[in-house]
Amino acid sequence: MKSPFDEMNTASGEVREQYRRYKLWLDRQPGAAMQARREEAEMIFRRVGITFAVYGAKDEEAGSANGGTERLIPFDLIPRVIPKNEWVEMEAGLRQRVTALNRFIHDVYHDQEILKAGVVPAEQVLSNSQFRKEMMGVAVPGHIYSHVSGIDIVRAAGPENAADGSGTYYVLEDNLRVPSGVSYMLENRKMMMRLFPELFSLHRVAPVAHYPDLLLETLRGVAPAGINEPTVVVLTPGMYNSAYFEHAFLAQQMGVELVEGQDLMVRDGFVYMRTTQGPKRVDVIYRRVDDDFLDPSVFRKDSTLGCAGLLDVYRAGNITLSNAVGTGIADDKSIYPYVPKMIEFYLGEKAILHNVPTYLCRKADDLKYVLAHMHELVIKEVHGAGGYGMLVGPAASKAEIAEFRAVLEANPSNYIAQPTLALSSCPTFVDSGIAPRHIDLRPYVLSGKTVQTVPGGLTRVALKDGSLVVNSSQGGGTKDTWVLED
Amino acid sequence: MLSRTADHLFWMARYMERAENTARMLDVNYQTLLLPQSADMAEEGWRGLLSISELTEHFAKQFDEVTADNVMRFMVHDVDNPSSIASCLRAARENARAVRGALTTEVWETQNQTWLEFNRLLREGAFERDPGTFFEWVKFRSHLSRGVTVGTMLQDEALYFLRIGTFLERADNTARLLDVKFHALAGEYFGAGNVNNSAPRAGQAQPVPQGESVRPAEPDRTESQEVDFYHWSAILRSVSGFEVYRKVYRNVIRPERVAELLILRPDMPRSLAACMNEAVANLELVANEQSSETMRRAGRLQADLQYGRIDEILATGLHAYLTQFLDRVGALGVGISRDFLVPMKV
Repeated sequence: MKSPFDEMNTASGEVREQYRRYKLWLDRQPGAAMQARREEAEMIFRRVGITFAVYGAKDEEAGSANGGTERLIPFDLIPRVIPKNEWVEMEAGLRQRVTALNRFIHDVYHDQEILKAGVVPAEQVLSNSQFRKEMMGVAVPGHIYSHVSGIDIVRAAGPENAADGSGTYYVLEDNLRVPSGVSYMLENRKMMMRLFPELFSLHRVAPVAHYPDLLLETLRGVAPAGINEPTVVVLTPGMYNSAYFEHAFLAQQMGVELVEGQDLMVRDGFVYMRTTQGPKRVDVIYRRVDDDFLDPSVFRKDSTLGCAGLLDVYRAGNITLSNAVGTGIADDKSIYPYVPKMIEFYLGEKAILHNVPTYLCRKADDLKYVLAHMHELVIKEVHGAGGYGMLVGPAASKAEIAEFRAVLEANPSNYIAQPTLALSSCPTFVDSGIAPRHIDLRPYVLSGKTVQTVPGGLTRVALKDGSLVVNSSQGGGTKDTWVLED
Repeated sequence: MLSRTADHLFWMARYMERAENTARMLDVNYQTLLLPQSADMAEEGWRGLLSISELTEHFAKQFDEVTADNVMRFMVHDVDNPSSIASCLRAARENARAVRGALTTEVWETQNQTWLEFNRLLREGAFERDPGTFFEWVKFRSHLSRGVTVGTMLQDEALYFLRIGTFLERADNTARLLDVKFHALAGEYFGAGNVNNSAPRAGQAQPVPQGESVRPAEPDRTESQEVDFYHWSAILRSVSGFEVYRKVYRNVIRPERVAELLILRPDMPRSLAACMNEAVANLELVANEQSSETMRRAGRLQADLQYGRIDEILATGLHAYLTQFLDRVGALGVGISRDFLVPMKV
C-alpha cells in the first residue's frame, strides 16, 4: 500500500497551505491545555446527552442504573480543513450525482428508459431486494425521491496524481435511505466554537448551523400539491434507536413534532397524529425508519415502528415520505458502479466525482480476480452497512481470509470488491499524543425545489492505528470539518 | 401537542417531585435519629416511611430487619424499588429523554445532569458519608428542575402538563405523609378505619406494588410534651413548614394546626389546597372537548378544600378523609390520562 495522503502535511513534511495558520496556533498550545479541552468536550457531550446506542453492547457505565447502552462518539479536537476550491468542485460533483440518482429512481419506477437502453442491466434492478414494486407508477412531488442524501467520500493518492501529491476524492458509497450523522456535524462545530473561539477569528470558516433551516425548507417544498402550510413531522423508531439523539435534535431545531409510529394513524385517506387536542393532519413525514418497518400492512407485519395504511395514503399522494420508499435501489452497492454512466445518460455530462473501481463478484471474471487478490482488496456485502460483513484484505489474517472466501464463494452475487485505497489521514489526538489517523467525509445533499448543501459535512476518523473503518459502531470518532472561505 | 409527549412530560414532573418527597421523608427520619429516642420509636418511624410508599411487603422480601440503614439503602439505591430515589430520578430522566425536543435545552440538561451526578455521587460513596447532605442535594436538584422549567419554558401546553404532574404528585405525597404520621402518634384523630386501605400509588406503565401496610403499634399515651414537639416539628420540617407554621400561628405546635396548615392553607405551597389550586389552574389551560368530567371532579375537590374546616375534617376522622382524598387524586390522574395522555381511539 502506498503511504497515504495526509491532509495537513506533505510527504516532505511541509504544512499544507490550508493548515498553516492552524498549525502555528496548535504549536503554541500547551499539551495540558489541549488535554483539559478534551475532557471539557467529553463532559459537555455527556451533559447534553449527545450519545448513541450500540446494538448488543454491554453497558459500560459500571455501577450505574442506566437503562440503555449510551455511548459517546469520540470527538477529536483537530479539525479537518478543506480549501475553498476543492469544496467548490466537490459540491458541483455532489449536485450532479444526486440529481442523476433522483432521475434514476424516478426512471426505474416509471418508464425504465435506462434499462431499455441497457446502460444498467435490468436484472440488477428488477430482481434487487431493494426494488419496491409497490412504487411502480407512483408520482412523488417534483419527482424527487432522495431528499436527504449522504455521500461518503474518501481521499486517496490516485494514480493520476501520485506525483504532485494532491490526492483524489472518490465517492465510496451513496446513502439515500436514512443517512444519519448530520447532528454530529452541527454539534461538532458548536463544540469547536465553544472550546476555541479564537480559532474562528483566525480563520474564515464557512458556517453550517443553518442546515436545519434548509432541511425544513426542503421538506416543506415537497409537501403534497395544494398544501400551503404543510405540517412536517420527524418519525423516529424511538428513544432506544442508535440515532435517537439526532432525531430529537432535528425535530427540535426545525420546531416540528417528533413522532413514533404509535402517534400516527390513518383515517379517510389521510395521516393524522394523536394530540392532546384530538387528531391533527400530517403532510410530510421525515422518516428515520427503514422502508421495511413503515407499514405493517404492506411490509414487515411485526413492525410496531410504522403506521398501518401509510403506504396507501402515500400512493394516493396525500402524504410525502422523505426519503421516498424505494430509494434503496439507487444506493445499493451493486448499482454503484453504474452511477457515472447514469450521469452521462440523464444529464449528458461527465461525472465530476470519481467512483472507486469496483469488481462485481456476480460476474465470473470479476469473481476470479477477487478470489485471487483477496489479500489486497476490500470486499463488502452488497446491502451491508455500518462496517459489518466486510473484509479488509491487507489487515486480515490468513484464517479470516479463508473464512471469508467460503462465505464469498457460497453467494458471490452478494459481494463487491474494491482496491484498498490508501485513505487520507489527518493528525488526531491519541493516547500517545498526535498521530495521523484515516478519515472519510460525508457531505449532506438536500433535494427539494432546489438542490442545496452546507459546506463540508461530517468527517469520521478511524481512531485505531492503521484502521480504515470509520464507523462509530466500530470505534470511529468524528472531527469538525472546515471549508475555508479564503 | 402529541398525547405521548404530554404523557412523558406529566410523568417526568411526577417522578422528580416524588424523588424530592422521598428525600424529604428520609431526611426527617434520619435527622430524628440524632435525637434521643427509644429504639421502638425509631423503628416506628422507618416502618411508617415504608407504609407511606406502600413498600412494606416489597421491603420485607429483601431485608429481615427494619433498620435505618436498610430502609435508607432500599429507598435510595434500590432500582427494583419503584419509589427509590434512584428509580424516580431515572424515570424522570428517561421521560425527559423521550421528549427532549419538547423541553428547553436547560431543562433537559438539568434532568440529564441530575441523573449523571446522582450516579457519580453514589459511586463515590457520598450518600454513606453524609446522608443529610445527600438528601439536601436531591431536594436542590428538584428545586432546580422546577425553577429551570418555570424560568425557561414557553408558557404553553408542555409547561402546563409538567405543572399538573408536579402538583398532583405533591398532593398525593403530602396526603400520604400526613396519614402515616398522624396515625403513628395521634390515634385519637382517626376515628374508625386504619391505614391498611389507602389508595394505590400511581405509577407509569409499571406494576404498582400492592401496598399492605403494617399497622403501627399503639402509641404510648404517656409520652412527654417534649417528644410531641419533636414529632410534629419533624413533620413540618419534612415539608419545609416549620418556619411557616411559626409565622402563620405564632403559637405552640398543636397537631390540629399542623393538619390545618398542610391540608387547608392555600398559601402553604405543599398543602393539599395549594396543590389542587395549581392543578386546577393548569388543567383549565389544557382543557379539550372530552375533559369536562375530569375538570368537574378537579374543581369539586378544589372547592372541598377551599371551604373545608379542620374541626369538621377531624370530626369525620382524618384517616378516612385522607384516604378519600387519595382516591380522588388517583381518579383525577386516571381521568387526565384518559382525556389527554393515552392516544385517543378514533
